[in-house]
This record gives sequence, structure tokens and C-alpha cells, in this order.
Amino acid sequence: MTTKDRGFLQALWDFFCSLKLSISLLILLALTSIIGTVIPQVPNIPEEYIRSLSQTKLQLYDKLGFFDMYHSWWFILLLYLLTVNLIACSIKRLPRVWKIISEPTLVMDEGFEKSLSLTHDVKLKGDSAALREKMVSFLTSEFSKPVVTEVDGACHLFAQKSAYSRMGVYVVHLSIIIIFIGAIIGSYFGYKGFVSIVEGESVDTVGLRSGKSIPLGFAVKCEKFSVTFYDTGAPKEFKSILTVLENGKPVPGYVNIPTIVNDPLTYKGITFYQSSYGSASEGGTFYFSVRPRTGGTPVKLTARQGDKVSLPGGGTMQVLEATDEVRNFIPQFSGPAARIEVTTGSGAPQVFIVMRNYPELDEQRGGDMVFTYDGSDQKFYTGLQVAKDPGVWVVWLGCALMVVGICMAFFMSHKRVWIRIANGHVVLGGTASKNPAGFQLQFDSLVDKLSKL
Amino acid sequence: MSSSLLFNVTTFAYLASTVAFFAFLASRNKNLGLAGSGIAFFGFIVQTVAIGLRWQESYAMGHGHAPLSNLYESVVFFSWTIILIFGILDLKYKYRVIGAFVVPFALLGMAWAQLGMNSGIEPLVPALQSNWLLYHVITCFLGYAAFAVACGISIMYLIKERQETTDGNSQAGGVISMFPSIKILDDLNYKAIMIGFPLLTLGIITGAAWANYAWGTYWSWDPKETWSLIVWFVYAAFLHARITRGWVGRRAAILSIIGFAATIFCYLGVNLLLSGLHSYGGGQ
Ligand code: HEM
Repeated sequence: MTTKDRGFLQALWDFFCSLKLSISLLILLALTSIIGTVIPQVPNIPEEYIRSLSQTKLQLYDKLGFFDMYHSWWFILLLYLLTVNLIACSIKRLPRVWKIISEPTLVMDEGFEKSLSLTHDVKLKGDSAALREKMVSFLTSEFSKPVVTEVDGACHLFAQKSAYSRMGVYVVHLSIIIIFIGAIIGSYFGYKGFVSIVEGESVDTVGLRSGKSIPLGFAVKCEKFSVTFYDTGAPKEFKSILTVLENGKPVPGYVNIPTIVNDPLTYKGITFYQSSYGSASEGGTFYFSVRPRTGGTPVKLTARQGDKVSLPGGGTMQVLEATDEVRNFIPQFSGPAARIEVTTGSGAPQVFIVMRNYPELDEQRGGDMVFTYDGSDQKFYTGLQVAKDPGVWVVWLGCALMVVGICMAFFMSHKRVWIRIANGHVVLGGTASKNPAGFQLQFDSLVDKLSKL
Repeated sequence: MSSSLLFNVTTFAYLASTVAFFAFLASRNKNLGLAGSGIAFFGFIVQTVAIGLRWQESYAMGHGHAPLSNLYESVVFFSWTIILIFGILDLKYKYRVIGAFVVPFALLGMAWAQLGMNSGIEPLVPALQSNWLLYHVITCFLGYAAFAVACGISIMYLIKERQETTDGNSQAGGVISMFPSIKILDDLNYKAIMIGFPLLTLGIITGAAWANYAWGTYWSWDPKETWSLIVWFVYAAFLHARITRGWVGRRAAILSIIGFAATIFCYLGVNLLLSGLHSYGGGQ
């Protein structure tokens, strides 16, 4: 390697060890992240938004990956730079910190004493052997067990507390790397997808965001879907009753499992989350009763969507659309409703709404025939998010480590106390890695107790 | 007694406390400072009772959920946490003037909630029916509150520093001379962020855990999540900036103010201006 190469490598290393780089990267990540919160991201980009952009803007945004910016090459690059920076910084500093923990300064000579901000000199009676015994038991009971070193006739004691709190910062940094690893595992070995299942039916493949569909390895059947509402009209609960099938047979323990928002179903590492619902577009049959306004027994009618059904007094009716919850369209009413078109004799077709929960309402319409809606066997489909993420436990491990590390770094302090016994003098010195004010109080009380010995 | 009456009492207490603190600044009368803290603590107790009552009322109405479910309730809770964090710093460090720069944030929140928002107790939509709501909201808001306190302290820092550099004569800065020294303000700023940063971290983690539990993705870059990460990056930058020399004091104070601006945007701006999963409480 030429010196020039070595100079370059050294410069590169220094660049990655620099805390200025970390601060710049953190701020750069904060700033660039804003873009994706302002510009809609795939797959939720409204058509109108695309149309509102000029051609040059559209091309520019597309080139820069702004429509999927958190997966764009430059954003990922920033994350990798952060990781390299983190690792380089730790490699550079960790040995020094480890040395403080594993090879503490055992002897407080006069030079070192001057570098400490907290020191105190006490005169105590007794020969040095007795003083030494006294000091050892004093530190052991009041602080922590000391290490004793004899140098040039002077006796040195060293005691410390929470030395490992110095590792807190590195635990935090390691946790970030672990979370990244978990995320990478998830993105390579997991997937996110969506299934919709009509009541009574089952699916065994899942459609991914990319458009691909992959087999689940088992099947999931939707036995039933239901939705309930509060009096205010706000939704209260979306519930799918699901059963897992292996080779067409229900799996014991996975039969008729209620799955609601915030309470998913997990089977073989694949989790199903209640996410949406709707009316199945096909196969519905609707039931009506119709009677003449003048009186007479009602006649039952059965209609399939789109079919024209003959009415008893002549003419036809047809279901245009139906819903199980009319409240979504007309807030004053609730329950199932159908919009129907009735053609009698020569008149123009009449279109109106009938509701199951309000059978008397159609009388007010004033038509010759009074309709009531008796409901339908129309089925719901349930929409479920499907996720498999084998990396998620690694992510939680990283999160737990991060919390532990932050507590170590912020709320624990490496406290050290030295005592030198020479010529009847006892000199006390101390320092702490955090919270100097708090340590000063502790040090003062140590001095206080010492002078009363 | 109803919770809404007590919330009104709370608002007036924070108003009185703010007035007392401003009078304290102007007059330098120590009793006024004491009164400012005392009234704020009184308001805090009333507010605590009111939040408890509202919780009970929601059970009486058959909804039965913690009062953390919409914008009104979250703003009220935010005010409560601000006074809580202020109270801890006040009892521990006794720099009373800080109240003049922190209690107004709580007053602003309560006044906005009481005057400008619908305070009805509503049932929980399915997405919010989870205990994670409680853990997530409490940790996030305690974090936000600590950042609010840090921001108040940083504003004091900038004012004090400016006075110290522009003129040496003490009588010009009668009010400002009551501020703690810039060294202490710088340290308090750091201490407040040391409370806030772990709480925000917990808030983000509980949010991710909830999202994973409810939707199957712990992170989906929705605007609220992204903004909480932005806030987190800013304060992480702040913490690292302290380690390298030259980034304490003024720059740290500015970073702390930027951090709180980002926090407020994360809390309100995202709900009111952007769209996403967390849009509950928007448009009220
Ligand atoms: C580019 C990436 C990063 C680098 C190079 C880096 C480097 C460092 C260094 C050198 C220290 C000082 C250690 C010491 O006192 O000896 C530190 C402290 C710390 N870092 Fe990082 N860091 C990075 C990212 C992060 C992130 C993203 C977090 C988020 C949690 C973080 C959290 C902390 C904490 C909590 C401390 C302790 C601060 C204090 O004691 O006030 N670091 N970092």
C-alpha cells in the first residue's frame, strides 16, 4: 500500500468516525423524511394529484423516487451511511471505554488528584495499618468494596459503582443495528398482502402489493361477517368469524375464531387482520312484500339483482342496489334498504327506496302498490390484511435493548472514589460520569461521615 | 360536579398562574413567584380530578374508555403533562421563573380545548379499541411535554444570552436578570430533553407494537409515524451535538426549539394538514 492510499484510507476512516457526520446525517434524515409526508406515496397516490402536477415536475419526482421515497436508493444510502458511521464510531471509542471499566486507575497520585474536581483532605489518628483497615470497612459500608494498592509506603484505595453504565451508549447503538437487521429479515423473508373472502367461502392464496399472489399453505374460511354501530352512527365493531382449514378440514383450535380490529388471528406465523368489508357483488337474493293500497293480503316477491320481477297487479319491479346499512347513505335511518325501480302500466318507471326497519314508510309515498323490504341473503365479504414477518422478534429485541441502553446512558452514572493514606493524612477524591451536582452531594456526605470517624 | 366545570376551573387556574408569573417577572416579588407555582399546582390537582371524572363519566355513558380518544381529550392531557413535568423541575431545581415560559403552553392548550373544541364524550371507533392506546398516548405526551418545557427554557436561554452579549449593564435587563445563568439554563434544557427522549422513544416503540398488533406492520411510513421519527432524529442530533464541543449553548437551544416545533407539527400539523391513519380528531 502506498502512503497515498494509506492517507486516503485514514481520511475515510476519520470521516466515518466523526460525530459531525452523525449529526449531519441525523438532521439530513429528519429533513428528507418530510418529503414523503407531503407528497403522496405509493400505493395511495390519488389520480387527481398526478394530474395536478406539471409534466416536468412529474418526471423529476419520479426520477428522484419521491413517490416511494423511503425505499429510494438515496434514502436507503443515508440509512447505510448512518449504520457505517455508528459502527466506525463504536469501534474507535469502545476500546477506550472498555479500558476505563476493565483497567481502572487504582492509584490517585498528586498529579491525578489535581485533575479531579472533588477532593478532600482529612487528618485522622492511628497508624497506617489501622487507618487502612478503617478506610476499607468505611468504603465497603458507605460506597462499595475497594481495591487496595501499596505504592512507595502510601496506601491507595479505589472503589467504583455502576461502571457498566458507560456501556449504555453502545447498547443503544447496537440496538439500532439490531432493529435494522430485523427490518431486513422481514423484508427478505416476510410479506404483506391482502385477501377478501365472501361469507361461506375460503381462500388459500394471498395477493401481495406487487401484484403477485402466493399460496398460504392452508386455507382460511370466512364463516360470517358482521358490523355493528353505535347510536351515533359511528361504527362499533367489525367482526369476521374465521376458520383455518388444512386439506379442507378444520384445524382444531382454529374453528370459528372471532377476528376483530385490534385482535387478529395468527396461524403458522401468518397473521390475518380485520381491515375492510363490503357486500359481495354477486349471488344476492332480495325479498319483498307488496300489497295494493286499497287493502288485501301482501304477496311475497323474490328478486335477484338486475332481474325484472312481475308484480301481482301487472307491471314489473327491479332491484337497482341494496345495502345492509342504510345509515352510511341516509344518516337518519338504520338497517337494510333497497333502491328499486317499479314500472306499472304505461307510466314512467318510478325509483324509490324501501327500508326493512320502517315498513310503514312506503305508504306515505302514495303509490298504488305498497312495498315492504324483508331483507336479503346477500353476503358480505371481509377484507383481511395478511402479514408474515419473521424479523419482528429481532426488532422487538432491538427495541427492548434500546430502552435498557437509554436508561443506562441517561440515568446511571459511573461513580469512582479514591482514598490515599499517607503520613496520617487521608485524601479523598471522586468523580462521576453523569450528574455532577448529584454526585457532589454524595461526596460531601462521605466526607462528612469520614471526618466523624 | 361535572368534569367540564372542573376543566373550566383548571383553565382559570392556569390563566391566574400565568398572570402571577408575569407579575413576578415585572415586580421581582418572590411571593408572586410562589403564588404562580402554587396556583399551577392547584390547577393540576383540579385537572387530575377532572380527567378521572371524565373517565368515570364515559363509563356511566356506557362507552368506558380512557379520556385520550380525540383531539379535545389529547389537548387537555397535553396541558396536564406539561404542568406535571414543570412541577417536577420546579420542585427539584426551584428556578421559579421557568414557570413564566412553560405554564403559558398549558394555558394555551386548555383555552383552545375549552373554547374551540367539541368536548363531547364519544364512543371509540374499532381502530382505537385497544389498551395500547393508553400506553402509546401517555408515553408520547409525557415526551412532548418535556420537550415543551425544554423549549420554554431554550427561549429563556436565547433571551438571556442576548442580553449578556449586547449590554453589560444590569439595570437594562431588570426582568432578565432574574433568569438563571445561561449555564444553568443550558443544563436544564439538557435535563428536560433527557426526560423527554426516553419517553418519546417508548412512545414510538409502543406505537410500533400497536401498529404491528392491529395491522401487521410495525412501521408503514405514514405521516404521523414519520414525523415522530423526524422529532426523534432532531433530539438525537441534539444529544450528540452536546458531546462534540461547540454545539452546546446557543446552537443547542436553537435545536431544542426546532425540535419542539417539529413536535407540535407531529402532534397537530399532521392531523390538521396531512392525512393518514392517525387522523382521528382532525376536523373537529
Ligand atoms: C450515525 C450514527 C451515530 C453515531 C456515529 C453515534 C455516535 C455516538 C457517540 C460517539 C456517542 C458518545 C459516546 C460517548 O459518550 O463516549 C453517542 C452517544 C449517544 N448516542 Fe449515538 N450515535 C449515532 C446514532 C445514534 C442514534 C440514532 C441514537 C438514537 C437513539 C443514538 C443515541 C445515543 C445516546 C442516547 C447517546 C448518549 C448521549 C448522552 O449521554 O447524552 N445515537 N453516540
